[in-house]
Amino acid sequence: MKQLYTWGAVAAIVLASTIGDVLLSRAMKQVGDVGELWRSHGLLAVVGRTLRNVNFVLGILAMTVAFYSLLIGLSWGDVSLVAPASASLTFVATAVAAKIFLHERVDPHRWMAALLVAGGVALLAA
Amino acid sequence: MTFRKYLVLAAVTVFGATGDSLLSRGMKQSGNISLHQLPDLILTILNPWILTGILFLLGFFAAYMIALSWADLTYVLPATSLGYVLLALIAKFLLHEQVTATRWLGIILISIGVGFVTRGPALTHDPGIRQPENCNGEPVSTSVEL
Repeated sequence: MKQLYTWGAVAAIVLASTIGDVLLSRAMKQVGDVGELWRSHGLLAVVGRTLRNVNFVLGILAMTVAFYSLLIGLSWGDVSLVAPASASLTFVATAVAAKIFLHERVDPHRWMAALLVAGGVALLAA
Repeated sequence: MTFRKYLVLAAVTVFGATGDSLLSRGMKQSGNISLHQLPDLILTILNPWILTGILFLLGFFAAYMIALSWADLTYVLPATSLGYVLLALIAKFLLHEQVTATRWLGIILISIGVGFVTRGPALTHDPGIRQPENCNGEPVSTSVEL
């Protein structure tokens, strides 16, 4: 039963953090290059522009759900299972989501990278 | 990619790994949490390990946002996954945990994956004015030098 809870937490983490990552990535692309903005408009302008972005706020919300799912998951299962399992699955899920929702060009190199990292992270848990 | 940008990616890696290990240590102290004791979850934030972990994760988050402002999500995520390698090294040399052959294999796989993605362009889709591709629709790696 506890194992089922643990994997439920993992599923919640993967879903929430994938949604969060996509929203945050979209938000920061809308804000623009932070380094350039900082130099031309100052730090406060960058922070203000980021905080007023709707995608950023929604992304933070999704990340909060993911964070609390992680805390709950860590209290049920081992960190060596929960953290790598959710991270590993998140790599593959975000690669798919970034291609569909962010129109990133996920070429074979990037698929290989996502799969290698996901596999490597899974092995760390073994 | 400029040196400064690699520095931002390094900050994402180091802050993330440190923050996660601090959180893990703090949550082990506070014990199991069940669904009908959810208010306890708010109190766990008062644990000093958790508090420090959250501070580190805030630093991680700032660096992560900066990286996402000039690089693809599918670039930033694998490029910063060296944090797992860092975690395993911390476990071996600071916490004296045993790192098995399987784990070393995992570390090698992650490193190869990171090598795969960091050799390519950082940005393939730009919602703004610039289109980082040539007439064949192929990404042009020099366009990431902003």
